[in-house]
Amino acid sequence: MSEKKKKPAEEKNLDEILDTSRRDFLKKVGLVGSAALTGAAALYSGYRFEKEKHSGATIKVLTEDNRLVEIPVEQVKDYKPGLKVYQTRGREGIEGKRWVMVIDLSKCRNARKCVEACQDAHHLRPYEYHINTLVMQESKNTPRYFMPKPCQHCDNPPCVSVCPVDATFKRQDGIVLIDNERCIGCRFCMSACPYSARMFHWQEPLAVEGDKERVYDIELNVPHKKGTISKCLFSADRLREGIMPYCVSACPNGVFYFGDENEDAVTNGTTKETVRLSELLEQNGAYRLLPELGTKPRVYYLPPKNRIFEFREPGETEYKEQHNT
Amino acid sequence: MNSGSRAKLNTKNNIIPDLMAGTIFKSERYRQKVESVSADILRNVSLNRGFLLWMGFLTAVLLACLYAYTIQLREGLGVTGLRDITSWGVYIANFVFFVATSLVGMLISCVLGLSGAKWVKPIARIAEIIAVAFAAVAGLVIISDMGRPDRLPYVFLFGRFQSPILWDVTVVTTYFFVSLLLWFLPMIPDLAIAKDRLPGRPAFLVRAYEILSVKWVDHEKQFEILHKAMRILLILIIPLAFAIHTVTSWLFAVTPRPGWDSTIFGPYFISGAFVSGTAAVVIAMYFFRVSYKLEKYITDFHFDRIGRVLILVSVLYFYFNLNEFLVPGYKLKTSDAIHLRELFAGHHAFLFWGVQLLGLVIPAILLLFRKIRKPLPMLVISVVVLAAAWLKRYIIVVPPQAHPYLPAQNYPVEWIVYKPTLIEIAVSVAAIVLVLMIITILSKLFPVLPIQEIAEEEALAKNESV
Repeated sequence: MSEKKKKPAEEKNLDEILDTSRRDFLKKVGLVGSAALTGAAALYSGYRFEKEKHSGATIKVLTEDNRLVEIPVEQVKDYKPGLKVYQTRGREGIEGKRWVMVIDLSKCRNARKCVEACQDAHHLRPYEYHINTLVMQESKNTPRYFMPKPCQHCDNPPCVSVCPVDATFKRQDGIVLIDNERCIGCRFCMSACPYSARMFHWQEPLAVEGDKERVYDIELNVPHKKGTISKCLFSADRLREGIMPYCVSACPNGVFYFGDENEDAVTNGTTKETVRLSELLEQNGAYRLLPELGTKPRVYYLPPKNRIFEFREPGETEYKEQHNT
Repeated sequence: MNSGSRAKLNTKNNIIPDLMAGTIFKSERYRQKVESVSADILRNVSLNRGFLLWMGFLTAVLLACLYAYTIQLREGLGVTGLRDITSWGVYIANFVFFVATSLVGMLISCVLGLSGAKWVKPIARIAEIIAVAFAAVAGLVIISDMGRPDRLPYVFLFGRFQSPILWDVTVVTTYFFVSLLLWFLPMIPDLAIAKDRLPGRPAFLVRAYEILSVKWVDHEKQFEILHKAMRILLILIIPLAFAIHTVTSWLFAVTPRPGWDSTIFGPYFISGAFVSGTAAVVIAMYFFRVSYKLEKYITDFHFDRIGRVLILVSVLYFYFNLNEFLVPGYKLKTSDAIHLRELFAGHHAFLFWGVQLLGLVIPAILLLFRKIRKPLPMLVISVVVLAAAWLKRYIIVVPPQAHPYLPAQNYPVEWIVYKPTLIEIAVSVAAIVLVLMIITILSKLFPVLPIQEIAEEEALAKNESV
């Protein structure tokens, strides 16, 4: 502000005299200004110091190199990952995991809590499904039973093969995701999916206004976009936080087991009981849907045997049902 | 003309019948023929009232239909009858139909042309016009089916090679440009002939002829280059044409759905394409013959011949239909059985049998009679065949989706049963209108028949009779 060097006296002329007086004036203003600034800064830092001294609360956090340190609460900042972080980690997946789901059909009573929790979490309409519960019957003489049907997260996914733009992809932890920042809406994946697991945003998504400000999280697929695909994500956002998927924890009847194939352990979403995956599959005669198509699903079903309840006609759901078997 | 040059001419003629050596062009007979033929054909090259009225009508319809598309753009694909269970409908059927019909350019110009069938000469250009128009619009049709047309560049930016869509985009674009060349290159001598014979036409048209005729002077060397270029293209376009429709069939055949999960979908589609394309050419031939008064050049003989082609391709298509439906129908695997029951005796039975009988079996039988292979009956038959060809694409695309492996439950009824909406139909009509516009422009602003080749043929015929 007042750093200009004074010129030697012999060079002074009228212009310079005028110039100097202007410079002097500026210098004075500058001095006053900086004094005021310094004072204000001093007052503010004093205020900050006092404020911090009074709060005094600390919190224990784990640093990146696994040390437990105690820091003042004021230093903890709310971390909001940007789109780039969401996209990068969302496409990479969670290292070392191979997520797997087991659905025990002998326990499903068609409560549809899984459907509701899922639609709630993903801002979907009642007829927009990531997971749906179906009434199944293999043949005329076999009993009817209920079957929750999420995306099968195939290890050989036909939908991923046909996607022209890499919008839907398979992660290292086994999850098949959809990137609605990339999807062009050709619906080739819907045609290719033998499980009819995918849905399309034919109209403006349900919570489009409320989700406007949200950063797109590929692991939650919210906010949705009109003209793009959506599908079951195995609640990848919850798995990242170490929580069970929405449908799994919402089930009141203990239908769902979820876990990591690498650990050979799955946990029941209702009872929280953890069992050995291989034993559960072996002892209950587990199977997968349409294995002859070679899609290698990551969802296993335990047959609907020894049910301790009667099969009840599905309640008056909002939408008329159509069977085609 | 001495015998030596005749001999030389004939040997060249054997290599490729479409193009000739330069010697004949110095003869007086040839010049006379050029005058008379060009007078007949160039008479139609004009921006007359009929043309303007017709184009005005097409533009009005197009604008109305494009308005429907703006609604779809604004509201999303929900304005169509498409839903999660049947997610491909009229648009995709239209796309398959367009790609199929465009294949006729290859059939007429290349397969028949290269095999020495001289009668295709006058109609080869008509076939190429149809190929260009349908191939060009096929690309647009597929965009109308996209949920996010604004992301079209992603196909090129993030394209993945293992997706058949990428193959389709590549080959359809290539086929369009090669077809455009196959239409344009043989027309260069005609443009040179025509540029001095268009009095009273708009200056821009004459100027366009001058530029497009690329200083053609009927020089022997020029014919040699043209000859070579055409030969390369005519051979190149055969695998290319097979590729576009085979890849289009793979959009379905690579999925595990009953009804699409077929190993013969490629040849099944190709043979079907020949049927719809040939029907389209017959309709165009009839229209140009009557409306452009070209009875002298598009004769009963040509209709007789193309009628035989239509029989041949119909028999071929019938054979593939037999394989496609009879073999799974014999085994009746659970999933196939549901689909086939719907087609043979269920909801789509009326459409299925109507298309198979009226669009394939009956026309082929009727055309066996020489009396039927006349212009007017052929026109009627071809219109029915072409309409049936469109409906056949609908049968291929829509019914297999209505019965997925796992039952479609807990949806509103209208989400399961597909019914095309008015908007959807309007957008599809827009595509057909665009095809008509392209055909009109290409056939009205440029000579619709090959002047030089016809003049040459006639001059030679006279030579031989001497």
